[in-house]
Amino acid sequence: MSMIAENKKEFISRLSKTSISIPEELKSLAGATLENTDLPTTRNEHWKYTRVAKLSKIDFNNSAGNVQNIEDFIIDPTKATFVFVNGHYSTEFSSTKIPEGVTVELLSNSGMTSSIIKNEGEVFNALNTAHLIDGASITITNKAQVETPIQVIHILDGNEQLSNFKTVINAGAFSKANIVEGFFATKGSEKSFANVTSEIKVGANAFLTIDKVQFENEASFHISTEQIEQDKYSTFTINTITLNGGLVRNNLNVDVIGENCTTHLNGAYILKGKQHVDNHSIMDHKVPNCESHELYKGVMDENSTAVFNGKVYVRKDAQKINAFQSNRNVLLSDSAAVNSKPELEIYADDVKCSHGSTTGQLDDDAIFYLRARGLSRRAATQLLVSAFITEIIDHIENENVRAFTFNLLKKRYGWDITPEDFH
Amino acid sequence: MIKINNLHAKIEGKEILKGLNLEVKAGEIHAIMGPNGAGKSTLASVLAGREEYEVTEGSVDFDGADLLEMDTEDRAREGLFLAFQYPVEIPGVSNVNFLRTAINETREHKKEDPISAKDFMAMVREKSALVELDAKLASRSVNEGFSGGEKKRNEIFQMAMLNPKLAILDETDSGLDIDALRIVANGVNTLKSDKNATIVITHYQRLLDYIIPDFVHVLYDGKIVKTGTKELALELEEKGYDWIKAELAN
Repeated sequence: MSMIAENKKEFISRLSKTSISIPEELKSLAGATLENTDLPTTRNEHWKYTRVAKLSKIDFNNSAGNVQNIEDFIIDPTKATFVFVNGHYSTEFSSTKIPEGVTVELLSNSGMTSSIIKNEGEVFNALNTAHLIDGASITITNKAQVETPIQVIHILDGNEQLSNFKTVINAGAFSKANIVEGFFATKGSEKSFANVTSEIKVGANAFLTIDKVQFENEASFHISTEQIEQDKYSTFTINTITLNGGLVRNNLNVDVIGENCTTHLNGAYILKGKQHVDNHSIMDHKVPNCESHELYKGVMDENSTAVFNGKVYVRKDAQKINAFQSNRNVLLSDSAAVNSKPELEIYADDVKCSHGSTTGQLDDDAIFYLRARGLSRRAATQLLVSAFITEIIDHIENENVRAFTFNLLKKRYGWDITPEDFH
Repeated sequence: MIKINNLHAKIEGKEILKGLNLEVKAGEIHAIMGPNGAGKSTLASVLAGREEYEVTEGSVDFDGADLLEMDTEDRAREGLFLAFQYPVEIPGVSNVNFLRTAINETREHKKEDPISAKDFMAMVREKSALVELDAKLASRSVNEGFSGGEKKRNEIFQMAMLNPKLAILDETDSGLDIDALRIVANGVNTLKSDKNATIVITHYQRLLDYIIPDFVHVLYDGKIVKTGTKELALELEEKGYDWIKAELAN
């Protein structure tokens, strides 16, 4: 065994193997990957701008934590709220009034019989499989129109905690549902790491919307992989709002395997301090007659950095695809930076695709214009940034998620936004 | 109201204003005319506080205060208004929203209570009617997709909302057809009182048929070189600026 492998294993040597019922071949594949794969370095194209080496220097542990209250972590007042602390289910904080047409099970009860997540060569996915603590498996019955959002809240609590956590979502044919996911960390928690996977199947003609809010802390790590499969005539939307976290990496992989699907990927990241947020997405059009819309917007202040890497594949014979992708960034400070890489790979010939990326500062002329009307520089900046970012937040249909987001912006950035002002 | 004394200003090392003197009293309308490059827009920018311009000499007294010491926003809050030659388009920021912020920041500056939503909306209705600006335009994103005439009417609408002591109209007439020009002029005339003053910067005499100035100044090579009444504007329209240059040469 090489030195590197030994070092790599060291950082998780205190973690116990998963007690979740997972097929043996999956567990051994994950174990082997973990054994044989080093943590990615910046020489790896997919991790070029995100350094994860510091993870290997932390001696991670896992415990159920000791969260006192979760007031600040409730995004939606829904009674179907499942709370996990460092991956462990909290009976105390969860409220399990599940609406009709939905079943929610803990993975520690239901186990897993299969997986669509790639473990081979993916060290964080393998880590998640091999040391999975727990998670929620949410199933929406065929034809169920679920009005009440289902909420999953994950909290990092304590120092050097590593939580391997998972959600599994199955949206049945003709169903409609909204899942709200929140990722938080308690105050003072240092060097803790949420390593999350999600497996999402959107059935034929189903509408599924996921609102994901990330508000951990500047000393936390978060790496997540969402693997989505869309069946025919389905509509899938995910709104990813990242407002706090020391190192955040979101891998969002959408496989469209049925025709006539619609996909919306919206993202907003608003960063300051030394935060680093990396959004990697793969929108894979495998079949004809589908459309996808991807819009990510970022605002970076102080020394924060962001990465956007969005790849759109249109496979051979996937004709009549409309795929749009855009990444726009505003830098508020000279020391903030963005690496943006939109990519299109098209193997079909009758498609409409566009992609673009812009990064700039706020328009000086606009700031002067607003100041010349009596707005302070700060108010002018806030107004321009709010207008820029509200375009994303407005995509969120769930009012509570919108309000929660605006409230966090006020708390963390002092931006007092009246959303109605931007309509 | 405003007293400009020996004002020198430069941009990127080039001196544009070279000792400009001008005094405007409450109740007066002054027109500043001059050939291209004379420094007309520089004067407007310097008074509004655009940071690219460096004032190297001189003073500006605005109602007893040192204008040049104030930040742009404080000049606005103290009652100086610049109607931009090229109003900026600001996508996503509604006119009405930013005006409410502007009014409330000005009120806070003067230690007054914020305006009530009801009073504000009533004011929007009244003032937008004054410049015949569709109420829908008033609540749309600032200048985004506005025609040239709508942008200029929007400037006067904002002026009406902010009710300044001193308004500087920088080439507000350029690019306006006669109908829009009348509307803009009517707005300015309606807002005129014995407590406020207006400086109209223009290249053409035409606007002065509608906004009648008390004084007309010729700005040339960074200085006011000639001052007269509205007849001077007609003379300039007819004879151009060459005779002034010739007069100066002698």
